[in-house]
Amino acid sequence: MKIVKIIAVVLLVAFVGIQFVPTERNQSDVVPKTDFMLVNSVPDHIKSKLQTSCYDCHSNNTQYPWYNKVQPIAWFLEDHIKEGKAELNFNEWDSLSNRRKKSKLRSIIKQIESDKMPLDSYTLIHKDASFSETEKQELIKWVEQLKDSI
Amino acid sequence: MKNFKMSIAAMLLLAVSFTNAQEKEKMNHDHGTMKMDHSKMMNMNNDAKAEAILNDYFNLKDALVGDDTKKAAQEGAKLAASLKAFDASSYTAEEQKELADIIEDATEHAEHIAKSEMSHQREHFKTLSKDISDMVAITGTESTLYEQFCPMYDGGSSWLSSSDQVRNPYYGSKMLKCGKVKETIN
Repeated sequence: MKIVKIIAVVLLVAFVGIQFVPTERNQSDVVPKTDFMLVNSVPDHIKSKLQTSCYDCHSNNTQYPWYNKVQPIAWFLEDHIKEGKAELNFNEWDSLSNRRKKSKLRSIIKQIESDKMPLDSYTLIHKDASFSETEKQELIKWVEQLKDSI
Repeated sequence: MKNFKMSIAAMLLLAVSFTNAQEKEKMNHDHGTMKMDHSKMMNMNNDAKAEAILNDYFNLKDALVGDDTKKAAQEGAKLAASLKAFDASSYTAEEQKELADIIEDATEHAEHIAKSEMSHQREHFKTLSKDISDMVAITGTESTLYEQFCPMYDGGSSWLSSSDQVRNPYYGSKMLKCGKVKETIN
Protein backbone atom coordinates (compact mmCIF):
# COMPACT_ATOMS: atom_id res chain seq x y z
CA MET A 1 0.00 0.00 0.00
CA LYS A 2 2.84 2.30 0.93
CA ILE A 3 4.51 1.80 -2.43
CA VAL A 4 1.30 2.73 -4.25
CA LYS A 5 1.17 5.95 -2.30
CA ILE A 6 4.76 6.77 -3.14
CA ILE A 7 4.21 6.15 -6.83
CA ALA A 8 1.09 8.30 -6.80
CA VAL A 9 2.94 11.16 -5.14
CA VAL A 10 5.88 10.87 -7.55
CA LEU A 11 3.53 10.96 -10.53
CA LEU A 12 1.73 13.94 -9.09
CA VAL A 13 4.97 15.82 -8.51
CA ALA A 14 6.13 14.99 -12.03
CA PHE A 15 2.81 16.12 -13.47
CA VAL A 16 3.03 19.43 -11.64
CA GLY A 17 6.68 19.73 -12.62
CA ILE A 18 6.13 19.39 -16.35
CA GLN A 19 3.58 22.20 -16.23
CA PHE A 20 6.51 24.59 -15.90
CA VAL A 21 8.10 23.51 -19.15
CA PRO A 22 7.28 26.24 -21.65
CA THR A 23 5.69 25.48 -25.02
CA GLU A 24 5.69 27.51 -28.19
CA ARG A 25 2.33 29.12 -28.93
CA ASN A 26 1.08 29.31 -32.47
CA GLN A 27 -0.82 32.58 -32.43
CA SER A 28 -0.84 35.65 -34.64
CA ASP A 29 -3.28 38.47 -35.40
CA VAL A 30 -1.73 39.19 -38.75
CA VAL A 31 -3.06 37.51 -41.86
CA PRO A 32 -0.26 37.87 -44.40
CA LYS A 33 -0.93 38.96 -47.99
CA THR A 34 0.14 35.51 -49.12
CA ASP A 35 -2.83 33.84 -47.38
CA PHE A 36 -4.75 31.24 -49.39
CA MET A 37 -8.07 33.05 -48.87
CA LEU A 38 -6.70 36.41 -49.99
CA VAL A 39 -5.13 35.28 -53.26
CA ASN A 40 -7.87 32.86 -54.34
CA SER A 41 -11.55 33.60 -54.66
CA VAL A 42 -12.85 31.00 -52.26
CA PRO A 43 -16.62 30.45 -51.95
CA ASP A 44 -17.89 31.09 -48.42
CA HIS A 45 -18.81 27.52 -47.54
CA ILE A 46 -15.40 26.23 -48.65
CA LYS A 47 -13.70 29.05 -46.81
CA SER A 48 -15.36 28.34 -43.50
CA LYS A 49 -14.78 24.61 -43.87
CA LEU A 50 -11.07 25.09 -44.53
CA GLN A 51 -10.81 27.48 -41.62
CA THR A 52 -12.56 25.16 -39.18
CA SER A 53 -10.98 21.93 -40.35
CA CYS A 54 -7.48 22.90 -41.48
CA TYR A 55 -6.30 26.27 -40.24
CA ASP A 56 -5.65 25.23 -36.63
CA CYS A 57 -2.61 23.24 -37.70
CA HIS A 58 -1.93 24.63 -41.16
CA SER A 59 -1.69 28.38 -40.46
CA ASN A 60 0.06 30.76 -38.09
CA ASN A 61 -2.96 31.04 -35.85
CA THR A 62 -4.41 28.21 -33.78
CA GLN A 63 -7.75 28.47 -31.97
CA TYR A 64 -6.54 26.63 -28.90
CA PRO A 65 -8.92 24.41 -26.93
CA TRP A 66 -9.33 25.10 -23.20
CA TYR A 67 -7.03 22.27 -22.16
CA ASN A 68 -4.18 23.49 -24.33
CA LYS A 69 -2.09 24.69 -21.43
CA VAL A 70 -2.10 21.37 -19.62
CA GLN A 71 0.98 19.26 -20.15
CA PRO A 72 1.59 16.79 -21.69
CA ILE A 73 -1.33 17.71 -23.99
CA ALA A 74 0.31 21.01 -24.88
CA TRP A 75 3.39 19.13 -26.12
CA PHE A 76 1.29 16.86 -28.22
CA LEU A 77 -0.48 19.85 -29.81
CA GLU A 78 2.75 21.75 -30.33
CA ASP A 79 4.24 18.78 -32.17
CA HIS A 80 1.25 18.38 -34.46
CA ILE A 81 1.06 22.07 -35.29
CA LYS A 82 4.77 22.23 -36.08
CA GLU A 83 4.51 19.24 -38.36
CA GLY A 84 1.32 20.51 -39.98
CA LYS A 85 2.79 23.90 -40.77
CA ALA A 86 5.93 22.36 -42.21
CA GLU A 87 3.81 20.39 -44.65
CA LEU A 88 1.46 23.18 -45.57
CA ASN A 89 0.91 26.70 -44.27
CA PHE A 90 -2.15 28.32 -45.81
CA ASN A 91 -0.93 31.73 -44.61
CA GLU A 92 2.12 31.46 -46.86
CA TRP A 93 0.33 30.01 -49.85
CA ASP A 94 1.28 32.63 -52.42
CA SER A 95 4.98 32.35 -51.67
CA LEU A 96 4.89 28.92 -53.34
CA SER A 97 5.70 28.47 -57.02
CA ASN A 98 2.99 27.18 -59.35
CA ARG A 99 4.63 23.77 -59.36
CA ARG A 100 4.59 23.64 -55.56
CA LYS A 101 1.00 24.89 -55.42
CA LYS A 102 -0.17 22.16 -57.76
CA SER A 103 1.75 19.62 -55.76
CA LYS A 104 0.16 20.79 -52.50
CA LEU A 105 -3.34 20.88 -53.98
CA ARG A 106 -2.89 17.33 -55.24
CA SER A 107 -1.84 16.26 -51.75
CA ILE A 108 -4.80 18.08 -50.19
CA ILE A 109 -7.17 16.17 -52.47
CA LYS A 110 -5.53 12.83 -51.68
CA GLN A 111 -5.52 13.44 -47.95
CA ILE A 112 -9.19 14.46 -47.82
CA GLU A 113 -10.23 11.70 -50.22
CA SER A 114 -8.58 8.98 -48.15
CA ASP A 115 -9.83 10.45 -44.83
CA LYS A 116 -6.28 10.89 -43.58
CA MET A 117 -7.01 14.53 -42.88
CA PRO A 118 -8.31 16.01 -40.66
CA LEU A 119 -6.66 13.69 -38.13
CA ASP A 120 -8.93 11.44 -36.08
CA SER A 121 -7.39 12.77 -32.88
CA TYR A 122 -8.48 16.24 -33.99
CA THR A 123 -12.03 15.50 -35.12
CA LEU A 124 -12.59 13.51 -31.93
CA ILE A 125 -12.77 16.81 -30.07
CA HIS A 126 -13.52 19.20 -32.93
CA LYS A 127 -16.69 17.55 -34.17
CA ASP A 128 -17.40 20.38 -36.61
CA ALA A 129 -14.03 19.78 -38.29
CA SER A 130 -14.94 16.42 -39.79
CA PHE A 131 -16.20 16.21 -43.36
CA SER A 132 -19.55 14.83 -44.45
CA GLU A 133 -19.49 12.91 -47.73
CA THR A 134 -21.10 15.89 -49.52
CA GLU A 135 -18.66 18.36 -48.02
CA LYS A 136 -15.82 16.11 -49.08
CA GLN A 137 -16.99 15.95 -52.69
CA GLU A 138 -17.62 19.70 -52.81
CA LEU A 139 -14.20 20.54 -51.51
CA ILE A 140 -12.40 18.05 -53.75
CA LYS A 141 -14.21 19.35 -56.79
CA TRP A 142 -13.35 22.92 -55.96
CA VAL A 143 -9.69 22.13 -55.25
CA GLU A 144 -9.46 20.17 -58.53
CA GLN A 145 -10.71 23.23 -60.39
CA LEU A 146 -8.21 25.47 -58.65
CA LYS A 147 -5.40 23.02 -59.47
CA ASP A 148 -6.36 22.92 -63.14
CA SER A 149 -6.49 26.71 -63.31
CA ILE A 150 -2.85 27.05 -62.23
CA MET B 1 12.87 10.30 5.76
CA LYS B 2 9.91 9.15 3.71
CA ASN B 3 9.39 12.65 2.35
CA PHE B 4 13.02 12.98 1.50
CA LYS B 5 13.02 9.76 -0.54
CA MET B 6 9.93 10.83 -2.41
CA SER B 7 11.30 14.17 -3.41
CA ILE B 8 14.47 12.49 -4.64
CA ALA B 9 12.37 10.19 -6.80
CA ALA B 10 10.43 13.14 -8.19
CA MET B 11 13.61 15.07 -8.97
CA LEU B 12 14.99 12.05 -10.79
CA LEU B 13 11.88 11.80 -12.92
CA LEU B 14 12.11 15.45 -13.85
CA ALA B 15 15.80 15.15 -14.63
CA VAL B 16 15.12 12.23 -16.95
CA SER B 17 12.47 14.11 -18.89
CA PHE B 18 14.74 17.16 -19.27
CA THR B 19 17.67 15.10 -20.53
CA ASN B 20 15.36 13.43 -22.98
CA ALA B 21 14.29 16.76 -24.42
CA GLN B 22 17.87 17.92 -24.71
CA GLU B 23 18.92 14.70 -26.37
CA LYS B 24 16.21 15.16 -28.97
CA GLU B 25 17.49 18.63 -29.74
CA LYS B 26 21.04 17.37 -30.05
CA MET B 27 19.95 14.67 -32.46
CA ASN B 28 18.27 17.21 -34.72
CA HIS B 29 21.39 19.27 -34.65
CA ASP B 30 23.65 16.39 -35.66
CA HIS B 31 21.32 15.63 -38.48
CA GLY B 32 21.81 19.13 -39.88
CA THR B 33 25.60 18.94 -39.92
CA MET B 34 25.50 15.49 -41.47
CA LYS B 35 23.54 16.81 -44.41
CA MET B 36 26.05 19.59 -44.94
CA ASP B 37 28.97 17.19 -44.99
CA HIS B 38 27.19 15.12 -47.51
CA SER B 39 26.82 17.94 -50.00
CA LYS B 40 30.45 18.91 -49.53
CA MET B 41 31.55 15.37 -50.18
CA MET B 42 29.74 15.10 -53.50
CA ASN B 43 32.08 17.20 -55.53
CA MET B 44 31.39 15.96 -59.04
CA ASN B 45 30.25 17.93 -62.03
CA ASN B 46 26.64 18.82 -62.72
CA ASP B 47 25.78 16.15 -65.22
CA ALA B 48 27.01 13.45 -62.89
CA LYS B 49 24.72 14.81 -60.20
CA ALA B 50 21.72 14.77 -62.49
CA GLU B 51 22.64 11.20 -63.53
CA ALA B 52 22.87 10.23 -59.86
CA ILE B 53 19.36 11.59 -59.31
CA LEU B 54 18.08 9.64 -62.30
CA ASN B 55 19.79 6.51 -61.07
CA ASP B 56 18.15 6.78 -57.64
CA TYR B 57 14.82 7.50 -59.28
CA PHE B 58 15.08 4.29 -61.34
CA ASN B 59 15.96 2.27 -58.24
CA LEU B 60 12.91 3.73 -56.52
CA LYS B 61 10.75 2.90 -59.52
CA ASP B 62 12.02 -0.70 -59.51
CA ALA B 63 11.19 -1.03 -55.80
CA LEU B 64 7.63 0.12 -56.53
CA VAL B 65 7.40 -2.30 -59.45
CA GLY B 66 8.46 -5.03 -57.01
CA ASP B 67 5.81 -3.99 -54.44
CA ASP B 68 8.61 -3.49 -51.91
CA THR B 69 7.62 -0.71 -49.51
CA LYS B 70 10.73 -0.94 -47.38
CA LYS B 71 13.09 -0.82 -50.35
CA ALA B 72 11.10 2.05 -51.88
CA ALA B 73 11.43 3.99 -48.62
CA GLN B 74 15.20 3.47 -48.60
CA GLU B 75 15.52 4.51 -52.24
CA GLY B 76 13.31 7.53 -51.55
CA ALA B 77 15.69 8.66 -48.81
CA LYS B 78 18.67 8.15 -51.13
CA LEU B 79 16.97 10.13 -53.85
CA ALA B 80 16.22 12.97 -51.44
CA ALA B 81 19.93 13.12 -50.54
CA SER B 82 20.97 13.18 -54.22
CA LEU B 83 18.45 15.91 -54.95
CA LYS B 84 19.82 18.03 -52.14
CA ALA B 85 23.34 17.56 -53.48
CA PHE B 86 22.36 18.89 -56.89
CA ASP B 87 24.23 22.01 -57.92
CA ALA B 88 22.65 24.20 -60.59
CA SER B 89 25.35 26.87 -60.71
CA SER B 90 26.48 26.08 -64.27
CA TYR B 91 23.02 26.70 -65.73
CA THR B 92 21.50 30.00 -66.87
CA ALA B 93 19.69 32.14 -64.32
CA GLU B 94 16.32 31.17 -65.70
CA GLU B 95 17.17 27.47 -65.69
CA GLN B 96 18.52 27.77 -62.18
CA LYS B 97 15.24 29.17 -60.97
CA GLU B 98 13.28 26.42 -62.67
CA LEU B 99 15.65 23.73 -61.41
CA ALA B 100 15.54 25.02 -57.84
CA ASP B 101 11.76 24.83 -57.98
CA ILE B 102 11.80 21.30 -59.42
CA ILE B 103 14.38 20.07 -56.92
CA GLU B 104 12.47 21.53 -53.95
CA ASP B 105 9.26 19.86 -55.03
CA ALA B 106 10.93 16.55 -55.87
CA THR B 107 12.80 16.49 -52.57
CA GLU B 108 9.57 16.81 -50.65
CA HIS B 109 8.01 13.92 -52.57
CA ALA B 110 11.11 11.77 -52.10
CA GLU B 111 11.09 12.49 -48.37
CA HIS B 112 7.44 11.49 -48.12
CA ILE B 113 8.14 8.28 -50.00
CA ALA B 114 10.87 7.57 -47.44
CA LYS B 115 8.30 7.47 -44.62
CA SER B 116 5.03 6.24 -46.12
CA GLU B 117 3.19 3.06 -46.94
CA MET B 118 2.89 1.77 -50.50
CA SER B 119 -0.28 3.53 -51.69
CA HIS B 120 1.00 6.86 -50.45
CA GLN B 121 4.43 6.20 -51.96
CA ARG B 122 2.79 5.68 -55.34
CA GLU B 123 0.77 8.89 -55.04
CA HIS B 124 3.95 10.86 -54.49
CA PHE B 125 5.77 8.94 -57.20
CA LYS B 126 3.36 10.34 -59.76
CA THR B 127 4.23 13.98 -59.06
CA LEU B 128 7.85 13.06 -58.53
CA SER B 129 7.96 11.54 -62.02
CA LYS B 130 6.72 14.80 -63.51
CA ASP B 131 9.42 16.70 -61.62
CA ILE B 132 12.17 14.34 -62.75
CA SER B 133 11.15 14.47 -66.39
CA ASP B 134 11.04 18.29 -66.22
CA MET B 135 14.51 18.19 -64.71
CA VAL B 136 15.83 15.97 -67.51
CA ALA B 137 14.35 18.37 -70.06
CA ILE B 138 16.80 20.96 -68.73
CA THR B 139 19.83 18.93 -67.68
CA GLY B 140 19.70 16.31 -70.42
CA THR B 141 21.06 12.81 -69.89
CA GLU B 142 23.55 10.49 -71.50
CA SER B 143 21.27 7.48 -71.65
CA THR B 144 18.10 6.84 -73.59
CA LEU B 145 14.96 7.20 -71.49
CA TYR B 146 11.42 6.05 -72.11
CA GLU B 147 8.43 7.96 -70.86
CA GLN B 148 5.79 5.35 -70.13
CA PHE B 149 2.14 5.81 -69.40
CA CYS B 150 -0.54 3.93 -67.50
CA PRO B 151 -4.05 5.18 -68.38
CA MET B 152 -5.62 3.52 -65.33
CA TYR B 153 -3.81 4.99 -62.36
CA ASP B 154 -5.30 8.25 -61.05
CA GLY B 155 -6.73 9.39 -64.37
CA GLY B 156 -3.57 8.51 -66.29
CA SER B 157 -0.02 8.64 -64.94
CA SER B 158 3.45 8.71 -66.46
CA TRP B 159 6.87 7.58 -65.31
CA LEU B 160 10.38 7.30 -66.72
CA SER B 161 12.25 4.10 -67.40
CA SER B 162 15.65 3.22 -68.82
CA SER B 163 14.14 0.22 -70.59
CA ASP B 164 11.49 0.19 -73.30
CA GLN B 165 9.78 -2.76 -71.62
CA VAL B 166 6.80 -1.68 -69.55
CA ARG B 167 6.91 -2.59 -65.83
CA ASN B 168 4.21 -0.68 -64.03
CA PRO B 169 5.35 1.06 -60.79
CA TYR B 170 1.82 2.18 -59.88
CA TYR B 171 0.32 -1.30 -59.72
CA GLY B 172 3.32 -3.63 -59.40
CA SER B 173 2.49 -7.31 -59.65
CA LYS B 174 -1.24 -6.55 -59.87
CA MET B 175 -0.85 -5.19 -63.40
CA LEU B 176 2.83 -5.52 -64.14
CA LYS B 177 2.76 -4.94 -67.86
CA CYS B 178 -0.09 -2.47 -68.05
CA GLY B 179 0.93 0.66 -69.93
CA LYS B 180 2.75 1.80 -73.03
CA VAL B 181 5.78 3.77 -74.14
CA LYS B 182 4.63 7.32 -74.78
CA GLU B 183 7.87 8.92 -75.81
CA THR B 184 11.52 8.09 -76.29
CA ILE B 185 13.88 10.70 -74.85
CA ASN B 186 17.34 10.95 -76.53
